[in-house]
Amino acid sequence: MSKQKSSIKLFAPGLVGAAARQSFVKLHPKLMVKNPVMFTVEIGTAVMLAVCIWQVVTGNKSEGALWYNITIFAILLLTVLFANFAEAIAEARGKAQAESLRKTREDTPAKKVFTVGDMYVNEVKVVSSSQLRKGDLFICEAGDIIPMDGEIVEGIATIDESAITGESAPVIREAGGDKSSVTGGTKVLSDSIKVKVTTEPGESFLDKMIALVEGASRQKTPNEIALTILLAAFTLIFVIVCVTLKPFADYANTPITIAAFISLFVCLIPTTIGGLLSAIGIAGMDRALRANVIAKSGKAVETAGDVDVLLLDKTGTITIGNRKATGFHPANGVERNEFIEACVLSSLADQTPEGKSIIELAGMGTKAFHTDGAVFIEFTAETRCSGVDLPDGRRIRKGAYDAVKNITVNAGHTFPEETTQQVKIISSNGGTPLVVSRNEKILGVIELQDIIKPGIRERFERLRKMGVKTVMVTGDNPLTAKYIAEKAGVDDFIAEAKPEDKMNYIRKEQQGGKLVAMMGDGTNDAPALAQADVGVSMNSGTQAAKEAGNMVDLDNDPTKLIEVVEIGKQLLITRGTLTTFSIANDVAKYFAIVPALFIASIPALQSLNIMGLKSPESAILSAIIFNALIIPALIPLALKGVQYKPLGASALLRRNLLIYGLGGLVVPFIGIKLIDMLLGLFM
Amino acid sequence: MNSEITGTILLFALTLLLAWPLGKYIANVYAGKKTITGFLNPVERFLFRLCGINPAEQMNWKQFLKAMLTINMLWVVYAMLLLIFQDKLPLNPDGNTGQAPDLAFNTAISFLVNCNLQHYSGESGLTYFTQLFVVTFLQFVSAATGMAMLVALFNGIKEKTTEHLGNFWNYFIKSITRILLPLSIIVAVLLVFNGTPASFDGKDTITTLQGDTVQVSRGPAAGMIAIKQLGTNGGGWFGVNSAHPLENPNYITNAIQTISILLIPIALVFSLGFYINRRKLSKVIFAVMTFLFVIFCAINIYFETKGNPAIDKLGIAQTTGSMEGKEVRFGAAATALWSVATTSTSNGSVNGMHDSLTPVSGGVVILDMMINALYGGVGVGLLNYFIFIIIAVFISGLMVGRTPEFIGHKVEAREVKIAALVTLLSAFLIKGFTALAAYLVAHHPEMNLAVKPGTWLNNPSYHGFSEMLYEYTSANANNGSGFEGLGDNNIFWNVTTGIVLLIGRFLPIIAPIAIIGLLAKKKYIPESPGTLRTDSYTFGAMTLAVIIIVTALSYLPALALGPLAEYFSM
Repeated sequence: MSKQKSSIKLFAPGLVGAAARQSFVKLHPKLMVKNPVMFTVEIGTAVMLAVCIWQVVTGNKSEGALWYNITIFAILLLTVLFANFAEAIAEARGKAQAESLRKTREDTPAKKVFTVGDMYVNEVKVVSSSQLRKGDLFICEAGDIIPMDGEIVEGIATIDESAITGESAPVIREAGGDKSSVTGGTKVLSDSIKVKVTTEPGESFLDKMIALVEGASRQKTPNEIALTILLAAFTLIFVIVCVTLKPFADYANTPITIAAFISLFVCLIPTTIGGLLSAIGIAGMDRALRANVIAKSGKAVETAGDVDVLLLDKTGTITIGNRKATGFHPANGVERNEFIEACVLSSLADQTPEGKSIIELAGMGTKAFHTDGAVFIEFTAETRCSGVDLPDGRRIRKGAYDAVKNITVNAGHTFPEETTQQVKIISSNGGTPLVVSRNEKILGVIELQDIIKPGIRERFERLRKMGVKTVMVTGDNPLTAKYIAEKAGVDDFIAEAKPEDKMNYIRKEQQGGKLVAMMGDGTNDAPALAQADVGVSMNSGTQAAKEAGNMVDLDNDPTKLIEVVEIGKQLLITRGTLTTFSIANDVAKYFAIVPALFIASIPALQSLNIMGLKSPESAILSAIIFNALIIPALIPLALKGVQYKPLGASALLRRNLLIYGLGGLVVPFIGIKLIDMLLGLFM
Repeated sequence: MNSEITGTILLFALTLLLAWPLGKYIANVYAGKKTITGFLNPVERFLFRLCGINPAEQMNWKQFLKAMLTINMLWVVYAMLLLIFQDKLPLNPDGNTGQAPDLAFNTAISFLVNCNLQHYSGESGLTYFTQLFVVTFLQFVSAATGMAMLVALFNGIKEKTTEHLGNFWNYFIKSITRILLPLSIIVAVLLVFNGTPASFDGKDTITTLQGDTVQVSRGPAAGMIAIKQLGTNGGGWFGVNSAHPLENPNYITNAIQTISILLIPIALVFSLGFYINRRKLSKVIFAVMTFLFVIFCAINIYFETKGNPAIDKLGIAQTTGSMEGKEVRFGAAATALWSVATTSTSNGSVNGMHDSLTPVSGGVVILDMMINALYGGVGVGLLNYFIFIIIAVFISGLMVGRTPEFIGHKVEAREVKIAALVTLLSAFLIKGFTALAAYLVAHHPEMNLAVKPGTWLNNPSYHGFSEMLYEYTSANANNGSGFEGLGDNNIFWNVTTGIVLLIGRFLPIIAPIAIIGLLAKKKYIPESPGTLRTDSYTFGAMTLAVIIIVTALSYLPALALGPLAEYFSM
């Protein structure tokens, strides 16, 4: 599958410019107040500005040197701007991604069908796509771009969806059934269809997604809210620390400048995670979009990380869509070559993948066979077999066991016992037997096998390590289902599945407290999609299915569910690790600032200056510079997300604690010391 | 290794040996299983009938809290009245006067909340009547309150989804009849045989060898001393608490009391595992607590046995360690162990003067009370620890990429909010009030209070700061011990510590019960390999990190200005 995954560079120049401008716009207190941590930094910055102005006006030196206060002010302002920039660049990237999708649906001419009287008649007028409303009808012919999302009400067409999905092979869409949905921006290659518009302009899934990644309508997810509360509490603790420090210092006869107080405060509050939090959320949505999944809400992406059970359709997800011939089993007394030749002959006109695979397995090529005058018999649902009548009188038939058995028995021949045995063996091995007869006599059995997708077992293994249970849904009989389930490594299966079986399975799991995700496309999947905690519908699916789910997969790729789960987990992990990192940073900052504050009155506290920072001024400056710089330094991590490793929960926690907890403890000691050494060159 | 240090190790080992079976027994008592104290059934039935209680009636978390708060309110009024009018009541052989209203307020609250901060001296500030019917009474019921609240937590964790946290009265009564009373009787008898008084006579008069006469206070002390230790109360019969030769006559009584301090708090950690049938969870919690406890003990024993560097500088040998404020009959190591035990468990009794601890040890005991969850007070210690668990669960849940959950229940915004509030609260109470006191000392030393702020501190400078910090930390932790250099029996300290005591007791009880009430109502999620197990040592390490980081971040500046500045200046 060729994907045109649009990879936007992390810091593409165009994006950086726009984001930089946005970082200033976002300084507006009304916008800042949504992020309590950074809002307090902004207040601190304003206070420092006031101190500087007051100092310029009065010339008072009691608050320290002017250049020093101005530097502090500048660094604080930079801290806020960096945080804003992180959010802005995440938004800009999302926007750019969305924009590239949106381009496909810019104003295209639409052949709208107008009503005359109470009847729809084909009076077609070309209008702009933006004038189409829900319920309108339009016509698309070969070569037209489909102007709007809709459902085919009449006709059948091949459509090139590569603009949306990157998949170059055209797909067939037709009225009625599960393949009736078309997407705006895709191109009709053949035939003509009449389409009913299903969404109002600006309300299509894509529009919703664009609004989400642009951050405009982004609502905080439950975990994000809880984390914001925790961070706000930490911020308050540090308000207390700093406010009480004033009387403590008075008691110790130590004057502390406003600049020092504000620096200490800003260093301690979790600005790193506070500044990156919304960027992480937006980037999560963006990653989903990059995987060509349109989520209807940020919550859906987050929930995907919590999923315990995955319901996967067998065909297309676990097995390659089509069965393949894997063996020829001639009946007793039949020459192997003779049998194979008959198989090939019967499959020459068979355009199904199964038929092709038989010829492929036979390895005889098709050139050698002369088929002049041969009459090919098409497969029908009624006869359940196909075949060929050759001019020399040979009548070869190939089909399901009972169908071919009927033919032979009706012709008065007996069905050989060993062939029945062979059929049973193939079935119990998860294969499908095709029985071949010549002139109503049994020649043998062709074995068709489901081909399990390469690498799928490893993916399920990965999911199992994440604690996600996989369930295969198939129409096969339990015996075949069990065999394939074991071979593919899924944990459970639903055989001979009817739509309501999926629904019941989901309900049962949910009653046990599990979160269930499933993928579906048909209208009869809609109830189950709605019931599932994460319902991913395929873009090719029906409108009902798309409405019912909370994500749409543009690629129509059934394995996408697995990716979605990983994106959800990555989102949470990124938040958790950066929070840990941010809080662990504080230890080093304390060791930088506390001794600096009391250098004059309590020289003994210099023993706490374990970094050996040069002077109180450079210690404080180093700490806040580090604090400011760490935000842009972590933007790439926030946007890309922390790498997800499929380990057990405890192992994963140990790993992340070591990297981000211990790292968060050690890195600032080194960083602050380095900045202090640099500053020492100038101060 | 010298015998003093061996002694402390043996003491701790013996405590653990006793705590394990006791934990099992406690779990059985609360679970209503058969125990050796089954013969008390009729007594309890009688009490329940007398009070009109149906012990089988289930309460939800709100009803549970309501029952607890109502009865506590009643007790505080009762206690205050008795203290103010104690001079008019019987059993006052020494003719002690009634307490002033602000002192009575402080004393009543202090014992109600299991803190036992004493701004009076037992010999002169109370009568035998109030010692028994206010102090000893509250020491039993406040301990039982904490334990009953803990059982609510147990029930919330044990059940998959429930609104029912059990019956407060049932657990409350049984805590007294089955656990506190029997153990107190054993300890009291042991103390009496070792010379602790248990008599209703007034002061004794002794003529010393030199011919002076000395008035020696006594009274029915042994029983009260038993419950003061077992119930992590800590309020002594005599002013100097267990440093007093009658309250704690010899090394054996010292050993008995040290064990009594730690016994129930540790046993309760074990009983959690037995009760909810998750012993691993218990073990992990115990390991985390013990890890810090042992480190703290090691630091204190090291610094106390090493002696005072200031005396070293004078060229005076200190072979027995730093003995200022310590009793010769116990020695430096036993006092160091006691100092950590009493501050870990929110007990607050002392067998030596904490004010005289070397600076680092002084800092450790303050830190110990700031954490207040290393075993902790009976019942409330685990409740405090639970708050740390919730924060650790939340952060580590995110780190493994799942909505955080604790024992099958999702931890969401509401629970995090409550947990964050409690964490915030301690920092606010301790630092806020210390700042207020420091402000008054620095800026208004002549302020027109009954006792001028300028004269509060016996030691100026860093140590004076530590004294104030200690007082509020002790009040917030409901510990009750003090850096006694502080002049604290006046309206400012009586009222402010009273406020801190009340808030510092009840919010940290209400919050965890509210959290478990909310959690237990949620849908139960069975564990999967993706679930972060809270009964793993990895998670234990995470909790440990949360405890250290949260405490360090909240209090480092205060500790730097007090004990650390003092240490580095020596």
